[in-house]
Amino acid sequence: MSNKSKNRKRRSGAAENRRLFASVLKGSLRFFLAGIAAAILMTGCEMIIPQIIRTTVDSCIGSEEPHLPAAVMNFLEGFGGRAYLREHLWVIAAAVVVFALFAAFFRWLSSYENAMGGETLTQNLQDRLFAHIGRLPFAWHMEHPTGDIIQRCTSDVRVIKDFCAGQLFSLVRIVLMIVLAVTFMVSMEGRLTVIAMAFMPIVIAYSLAFHVRIRNQFTQVDEAEGVLSTITQENLTGVRVVRAFGQEAREYDRFFKQNAHYTDLWMKLSTTMAWFWAFGDLFSGLQVFFVVLFGAIFCVQGSMSVGSYLAFISYNSMLIWPIRSLGRMISEMSKTGVSLNRINEILLSEPEQSVTGHGAEPTGDTGIRIEDVSFAFGKAEVLSDVTMEIPQGSTIGILGSTGSGKSTLMHLIDRLYDVPDGQGRITIGGRDVRDIPLAELRGMVGIVLQEPYLFSRTIRENISMTGERTEEERRRAAAIACLSETIEEFTDQYETIIGERGVTLSGGQRQRLAIARMLSEKKPIMIFDDSLSAVDAETDARIRHALSENLGGATVILISHRISTLMEADRIYVMHEGRVVESGTHEELLAAGGTYARIFALQYGTPEERGEVSA
Amino acid sequence: MKQHEEAHASLKWFGLPVLFPYLKRCKKLMISMLALSLLGGIVDIFLPFFPDIAITRFIEPKTLHGIGWFIAVYAVFLIVQTVVNGVLAFWACKLELTIQKDLKNTVFFRLQELSISFYNQNSVGYLHSRALSDTDRIGSTIAWGIFFDAMWNFAYVIGAVAVMLALRPSLALCVIALLPVMAVISFFFQRKLVKTGREVREINSRITGNFNEGITGAMTVKTLGIEKELDDHFKAETANMRKTAVFNGHLRGAFMSLITFMGFAALALVLWQGGRITEAGLLELGTLSVFMSYALNIMEPVRWAVQAFSDLINLQVNIERVHRLLTTVPDVADTPEVIEKYGDSFHPKKENWEDVHGDVEFEDVTFRYPDGDVNVLEHFSLKVPHGTMVAIVGETGAGKSTLVNLICRFFEPTEGRVLLDGRDLRERSQLWLHSHIGYVLQTPHLFSGSIRDNLTFGRPDVTEEELDLAVKRVHADWIVARMKDGYDADVGEGGSRLSGGERQLLSFARALIADPAIFVLDEATSSIDTETEAAIQKALTEVLTGRTSFVIAHRLSTIRSADIILLVDDGKIVERGTHDELMAAKGAYWRLYTRQYELDRTKETWNA
Repeated sequence: MSNKSKNRKRRSGAAENRRLFASVLKGSLRFFLAGIAAAILMTGCEMIIPQIIRTTVDSCIGSEEPHLPAAVMNFLEGFGGRAYLREHLWVIAAAVVVFALFAAFFRWLSSYENAMGGETLTQNLQDRLFAHIGRLPFAWHMEHPTGDIIQRCTSDVRVIKDFCAGQLFSLVRIVLMIVLAVTFMVSMEGRLTVIAMAFMPIVIAYSLAFHVRIRNQFTQVDEAEGVLSTITQENLTGVRVVRAFGQEAREYDRFFKQNAHYTDLWMKLSTTMAWFWAFGDLFSGLQVFFVVLFGAIFCVQGSMSVGSYLAFISYNSMLIWPIRSLGRMISEMSKTGVSLNRINEILLSEPEQSVTGHGAEPTGDTGIRIEDVSFAFGKAEVLSDVTMEIPQGSTIGILGSTGSGKSTLMHLIDRLYDVPDGQGRITIGGRDVRDIPLAELRGMVGIVLQEPYLFSRTIRENISMTGERTEEERRRAAAIACLSETIEEFTDQYETIIGERGVTLSGGQRQRLAIARMLSEKKPIMIFDDSLSAVDAETDARIRHALSENLGGATVILISHRISTLMEADRIYVMHEGRVVESGTHEELLAAGGTYARIFALQYGTPEERGEVSA
Repeated sequence: MKQHEEAHASLKWFGLPVLFPYLKRCKKLMISMLALSLLGGIVDIFLPFFPDIAITRFIEPKTLHGIGWFIAVYAVFLIVQTVVNGVLAFWACKLELTIQKDLKNTVFFRLQELSISFYNQNSVGYLHSRALSDTDRIGSTIAWGIFFDAMWNFAYVIGAVAVMLALRPSLALCVIALLPVMAVISFFFQRKLVKTGREVREINSRITGNFNEGITGAMTVKTLGIEKELDDHFKAETANMRKTAVFNGHLRGAFMSLITFMGFAALALVLWQGGRITEAGLLELGTLSVFMSYALNIMEPVRWAVQAFSDLINLQVNIERVHRLLTTVPDVADTPEVIEKYGDSFHPKKENWEDVHGDVEFEDVTFRYPDGDVNVLEHFSLKVPHGTMVAIVGETGAGKSTLVNLICRFFEPTEGRVLLDGRDLRERSQLWLHSHIGYVLQTPHLFSGSIRDNLTFGRPDVTEEELDLAVKRVHADWIVARMKDGYDADVGEGGSRLSGGERQLLSFARALIADPAIFVLDEATSSIDTETEAAIQKALTEVLTGRTSFVIAHRLSTIRSADIILLVDDGKIVERGTHDELMAAKGAYWRLYTRQYELDRTKETWNA
């Protein structure tokens, strides 16, 4: 693993991008190849039709000897030859229809295979990204803004898909088409082919140069649009402030000016684009013009037949749009490298390692020891020399101020972060947590976070998030978390969808649902990280009571700022600024008369008793 | 939040007449575009004649006599085509942008007039898309769909049909017969594609939502060890996406295939029927080539014309939404007499404005929210003389904002009156009232721009000295000093570059600079560190001195000195008195206060 990772880092970015591209293409390459094959057949069928028309015009309607390959001639002779076809033109029409049918079928097949390729690619890449992101260490998540990651997983993936299914596919198709058309054209009249094709490099270069040039202008317009959108958003969000300050006129003025600015930028861009289109049309027009003109001259000179002349015009017009779109496609392709890079940055980040230490066999013991643990985020020290002893089956409480490091300590137990080497260690049943495979560790430890994340699915799905639960198990968990009544109030009960698409839960309800989610599965170690802060004191007591009857020998860590939550614990640790400042049982701590005792006095006396109220 | 349900087709003519007033300005442009589109269509119709002429005049007689003329005329056509295409594209852009700009301005203007109750019923996201997306769609569909695609392609189709009929009616029928088939096919596919396109977008937004969930919920996912479960959930979504998107691509492919096939089918018909009469010498070979060219090229225009039509049908929804917004009548509006005297929000007549002393009175006020069904105030009376501090307290969501909404005239009483200096609020203009009220929000809302832009929001003409003084008085001078650019430092979108406490202090300064006679404060619930809290407390005392004030408080320590405390529960005022009176009564206020006191002291103990 570690060797491989070093190898990875040594490779250059471009090589990495090529590797990613190759792996991305793997599952969908066959679709693209099939699509291109179908496109070749389609082009072939479409390109035969002008040949049929040429022969018909020259030899059936006209009286020239057909110039056709021997095989085709023999085939036609079998039919009864020119004479028969002259009398039965419908046969030729039928041939056109048959080829057109084939062309239509292959066109459909080609776009179908292409869509399959593009969508398979998107699916594979997005699945891969999603799975990888889920397995990246939590520290990585803290460092990367959500919006940016999402952008990479959606827009950048789309750029790569467009490159393969759009640009690369079309490029191959168009080049093949040009080759085929040119072959037919050369077979009819070489000089005219040169005249027609002379425009190709000009058109491609012109459109390429143009698209590169306006990209900058497009960025400006996008930015101006962003500002306009922000102004609107802020105005709508801050409508009360705007009204209260009587600033409607000023806001309108701001919007009006930005709107005008944005429109001006667009107008400029439109002018550039109108010139581009006009010139594009002119070049295409000239291409047709020269073919019509010189074709006529060659015909008059006798080096070309009327039928060839018409076929030539058909081929030429078939090529006009593909050639015109080439420039834009090539310019779009340059974006792909950047997107590959951005996606690679995610995929090349090292995932969480299951075991960072030496590995150790399970012991069955769930007692936790925290030995001299220190931890820092960058330079800010969060924990210093914390030591705690939590025997199996015991319940301990931690009281601490905001920022005292108690949550970080819990995150270290569950290895959301790893204790750095030489900064102490945390063991469960004698095994260093870094030696316990992640899946085993997290299967063993259940944490309820202070601000738990709930998924916008049904309550039932949220409770049974870690695996299927029987209705019995669900109800039991909900009952312990004092959530049953709340759930019963909803019309859809357990099937109520929560979050963005459904019912909004209050802070206390969210915490209780998270507790039910954790309790729905038996965990030998349970951590409640201030997870009752938004619940009122009575409910808090009810939950603790129900919980204590259902512990089943689990090791429990309770974190709270409420003395009543903690006082029954076997041992209580008081933390302040990253250190354990007091520890002992409730009685011991009261007797010691420190911080704990002062807070107890505060929470258990009435204001009047302290004589400080009506100051 | 109540979203407007999508109304059914109720406007005539696809809702276009509704837009006439906004299109008036572009009348000239539209007429010119119409003319030019016709010209463009006609040029396109006549281009196939050049090979025809070449065959008939030069190739068949084997002579180049007169080729100079041929070149000249062809060149003229080319130039006309180029110019028409260029100008028309430019005009279409111009028309699109003009419509969009005017509509956006109109919608935004309207949004400034609509009452707060309207904002309570419509989410920001909804209104944002009405103002920017709908207007964009309307502009682009009209400019490109109707005046570019529809006109041009109709002109082409009709012109080509006419020319073919003139040349050889029997042969023309071969092509014309296929046109309705093409139209039906286009219409069918167009509708299907719109539908599957919408599905694809929906699944796509779900996929984005999934990414968001996986990333925002990372800690929970890890602690629960449900990576696999989420992967499976996600994979089901992407598999569905692939299926739908492939179906969409497959439909599109079938559609395109059919269009080209129809062209070839028409070509085959022409070749068969036309070939026979050409053999018989009844038709020029050149004319046959013209027919073949039309047969091949007429299907695309039919498709575009149909597409433009189907876009127009779909546009109805957008037009209706914008129309509904523009025709919504504000719940709170000044009467014509008031506007006559005091001016409206955009053209104030400040010379007629009276100064404000600051006596507020609720006189037998009964109030019910426009979307509610119970009276939240019933026969409520309260006198608030100049300089009085009124505190409104209660649980989150208890309805503490009601009184403030009435004082600011964001809503008007259902019965009774709210008086300022003895006169009904409705007798003066909203702008006059708002200019005399200072308002600081729970979550202070800053606008992107510089600190100065934000501070001068209520009074753009403020001097540098006044600015300095105000910032100092609310103890926010250190924020300005900290910034490299001082007052001109950018605060970021919504003030995102500042902390919550900093935003709060600056919003105090903003209110102070506006120098209002009445002050309304909706206090922050979020916890701020102790130092900032102390700073805010000091700033607040500074701001409130000598003014009539209404404070919605969460930290009760703030308002112990208030002259009147109103305790709100479930929308109704349940207790009323001074701090000492309410503490003595040992009611809900006493309970609330005791609980908070405990928490505050716990916090203090830690910091001791």
